[in-house]
Amino acid sequence: MNGQSLTMTDTAGAKRHSPPPAWRKPVLMGAPLVLLLVAFLVFPVGQLLALSVYNGQGFTLAPYAQLFASSLYATVLWITLKISLATTLVAVVAAYPIAYLISVAKGPAKSRLIFWVLLSFWTSFLVRAFAWVVILGRNGVINSTLMSLGIIDRPLDLLYGFGAVLVGMVHAMLPLAVMTMLAVMENIDRTLPRAASTLGARPGTAFWTVYFPLSLPGVAASAIMVFVSAIGFFIVPALLGGRKETMITQLIIDQVQQTLNWGLAGAISVLLLTVVLIVFVLYDRVFGFASLTGESAVVRNRDTAMRRLGGRVLAALGSASDALIGIVPRRHPIAGRAERPLALTAFVWFLLVLISLPAFLMIPLSFGKGGLAWPPSGFTLQWYEQLLQSPIWMQALWRSIVVAFGTGLLAMAIGVPAAFLMVRGQMRGKGAMLAFILSPIVVPRMIIAVGMFYVFAQMGLVGTILGLVIGHTVVAVPYVVMTMMAVLRNYDTRLDMAAQSLGARPLAALRHVTFPILGAGMLSSFLFAFATSFDELTISLFSSGGLSATLPKQFWDEVTLQVSPVIAAVSTGLLLFVAALIWVADRMRRRSLAS
Amino acid sequence: MSSSSLSVQGLAKRYGDFVALAPTDLVVADGEFLTLLGPSGSGKTTLLSLLAGLVPPDEGSVRIGSQDVTYAPPYERDIGVVFQNYALFPHMTIEENIAFPLKMRKVSAADAKRRAREALEMVHLPHIAGRYPRELSGGQQQRVALARCMVYKPSIILMDEPLGALDKKLREHMQLEIKRLHREMGTTIVYVTHDQEEAMTMSDRICLMNAGRIEQLGTPADLYFRPRTLFVADFLGESNILPADLRTRVGDEVEVGVGSSGVSGRALANGHDLPPGSSVRVMVRPQNLAVARHGASAMGVPAVGVQGRVSEVMVTGSLTKVYMEPLDRNLPPLVAAFPTRNEADAVRIDDVLTLSWSGRDAVVIADTAAPAAGTA
Ligand SMILES: Nc1ncnc2c1ncn2[C@@H]1O[C@H](COP(=O)(O)OP(=O)(O)OP(=O)(O)O)[C@@H](O)[C@H]1O
Ligand SMILES: [Mg+2]
Repeated sequence: MNGQSLTMTDTAGAKRHSPPPAWRKPVLMGAPLVLLLVAFLVFPVGQLLALSVYNGQGFTLAPYAQLFASSLYATVLWITLKISLATTLVAVVAAYPIAYLISVAKGPAKSRLIFWVLLSFWTSFLVRAFAWVVILGRNGVINSTLMSLGIIDRPLDLLYGFGAVLVGMVHAMLPLAVMTMLAVMENIDRTLPRAASTLGARPGTAFWTVYFPLSLPGVAASAIMVFVSAIGFFIVPALLGGRKETMITQLIIDQVQQTLNWGLAGAISVLLLTVVLIVFVLYDRVFGFASLTGESAVVRNRDTAMRRLGGRVLAALGSASDALIGIVPRRHPIAGRAERPLALTAFVWFLLVLISLPAFLMIPLSFGKGGLAWPPSGFTLQWYEQLLQSPIWMQALWRSIVVAFGTGLLAMAIGVPAAFLMVRGQMRGKGAMLAFILSPIVVPRMIIAVGMFYVFAQMGLVGTILGLVIGHTVVAVPYVVMTMMAVLRNYDTRLDMAAQSLGARPLAALRHVTFPILGAGMLSSFLFAFATSFDELTISLFSSGGLSATLPKQFWDEVTLQVSPVIAAVSTGLLLFVAALIWVADRMRRRSLAS
Repeated sequence: MSSSSLSVQGLAKRYGDFVALAPTDLVVADGEFLTLLGPSGSGKTTLLSLLAGLVPPDEGSVRIGSQDVTYAPPYERDIGVVFQNYALFPHMTIEENIAFPLKMRKVSAADAKRRAREALEMVHLPHIAGRYPRELSGGQQQRVALARCMVYKPSIILMDEPLGALDKKLREHMQLEIKRLHREMGTTIVYVTHDQEEAMTMSDRICLMNAGRIEQLGTPADLYFRPRTLFVADFLGESNILPADLRTRVGDEVEVGVGSSGVSGRALANGHDLPPGSSVRVMVRPQNLAVARHGASAMGVPAVGVQGRVSEVMVTGSLTKVYMEPLDRNLPPLVAAFPTRNEADAVRIDDVLTLSWSGRDAVVIADTAAPAAGTA
């Protein structure tokens, strides 16, 4: 044994005398994602922005001259900001109690709450926006109900106004606001408010001076996510807004689809991007990007005067709510109960019903004979028959499924290693890397979509499945990375080490230990990417080409050109599909927990 | 050189600016039982992880036998590791956990099952094969972790506080099991523990660590009776450490004057070669202090020595411990221990006693606080 191991030794020893280059692994893990983003985000967006100053022959500022010549663009920008800010404000305020209740709830109550938020979250933006058209329309739910009650005798103009846009936007963004906020709230140490109350703080004071400040990074993260999504959104203003509620994204669509004025489209994009960047720089100064991924929920304490003022306001709020609580006769003498007062639960359920209801209205309409007018009358399956017999719809469905699967797989293949790198790797510039990975969320979707269209057109990728998969992967991969990072942070890396010390090679350790334990988290990342692609409209709007529409694109064409009850049938189908998806994901999660 | 000896040279690990392990040399002989002992955060787990290849070193090399494995991955080292936090796989049953290393070595399923059962019997847990780790108590998990490591009979086993969560009785049983494994299979074991008694009874050698470096390496008796530094003297067991002046050298002993009154006494020089007049420390273990009532003589040693007033008497079963405040204010409180005697001649609080010791039982420790010899 000795002689043999001695000879073996020296060759092996010599072979391995120097350490493996430390840069190789991080590069292999991070490069695919970086390449993808450089090729299909940085390059296209750069091209689009360049088009605003380069007209094919040389440098020009003509698009900017056009931009500032009329007050149209400034007005639209102002309206866009107004709608986005109002949406952010309302969505965040409404999301707070929902997220709070979820974070303090336990067991089945918590699962139920999460189910309804997820259902709204994953129900197509199109379905939800279209539902408001049906609710607010002249023959819609509200008008016909009020008329039949005799409260009004002529239909009100509810649709096509600031109110309608705001309602639709808030509805679209609320689930996102809840989910982002929840990520931070779940990490707040539940014993802290209790500790405060043992130290003599009344429930209101404990909430406002301890819990609320700790939850602020979540509020901030959720506000910026909502704001950035809202500013790049076009579905709701296009369907629910009138002339006065045009948003800047719609102008870009017009330039690209109707006037083919790429220069102006580029200039508008520069304008939009500048606004978003300013907002982000402000955000980074106050909260730091890390809080977006729940990395560290610590507010940087710079401005002490502001902090003191804030502290006083919160203390005042605390004593005010204590006074309010004091008026109401106390039903539960146990302090722990105060965390989940009945009124809050009722209010949150009211909100959840409100955000779920619109999509559910599509179900009775899809079986009604009377088209999309409320109330539905009679019973028929004709819309479903039409749908199933329509090759256009069926091909769109099939294409969407293929693209979503492709996107899920590609985003996982690229995003999972990157997430490992971000959580486990020790390297400099992690913060910059993270910001880069998150950039597809930061850059308004419309700009990405238009830039990508321009580049895809040159590469012959317009109208191809591959083009759509690449495009959707770019916007889905940040979500995969973020979900996987959260999952990996809770994973004990010593298990991998244990596996390796027991003789498992890295791949075997991945297969037998890492992946089985991370399974549920990986599945939800995959579903996230799948759902993102399945509901993606902005990129598909341009890049799917005229004849190879995805489901959302087909939906969009249908609602903007002709409104037929088939839409209600499609919506019902989508709703059930999403509900089934969430149910399956939850079952898988439970199975993996039980095993 | 045999294939299951371990040697490290200049091995170091830093986390940022923090030195978790300063450049360290260490040789563990084939079949040796070496214990790493030291306060929390002293780098024991770090050293173990470097040996196992779980973290890459910043400098230095690791050899197993004569093979350089510094950068070899853990699965190529044939080293078993029992982790401080058990590291059982949460998604596998206990039996699957234990069979895992066998599966990785392509042992047939039936064989793996049989050997896993045997390993479970060895740790007295045959009835829990089908359970999951979270359904076990901490102590049971620890025993499973041991079984999982022993089942594939690696030639080197690294154990990070493998018995920390067990009660006294189980711990003693497992200590015997580990010793038996060590003896029968000739396994080389590097063992981490916080329990000094465990370290003393089980180890061939103890490596006492402090702040990322080896403070002293030697047999249990070396460390216990011949500590090189104050830290070692203080860390292992109870000790009396007396400031003293070195007077003359007598063979391998020296004569010293203790405290400000300069009571004379003797101590082993322990390799220190210091000039007369150096200030040093003398360490005596409590059980090596002879106690006599003032003026009397005890054990044939004349009762000249340090005098102290009894402040506390504690009977701990077979031993009686007497705590004293020396009359010489420059000396620290002292403790002596002797077999518990009949009540008739028991020591009482406020008695004044004379303490003396044999030169063979005391040891000189260089006083690090004093200026180096020659400059004084
Ligand atoms: N991954 C790491 N990053 C930064 N510091 C670390 C890391 N791992 C260990 N350390 C630090 O290195 C020092 C030594 O840690 P180590 O785990 O080796 O201590 P230990 O002797 O095993 O302690 P204990 O008895 O508590 O287990 C500690 O101060 C620890 O904080
Ligand atoms: Mg340790």
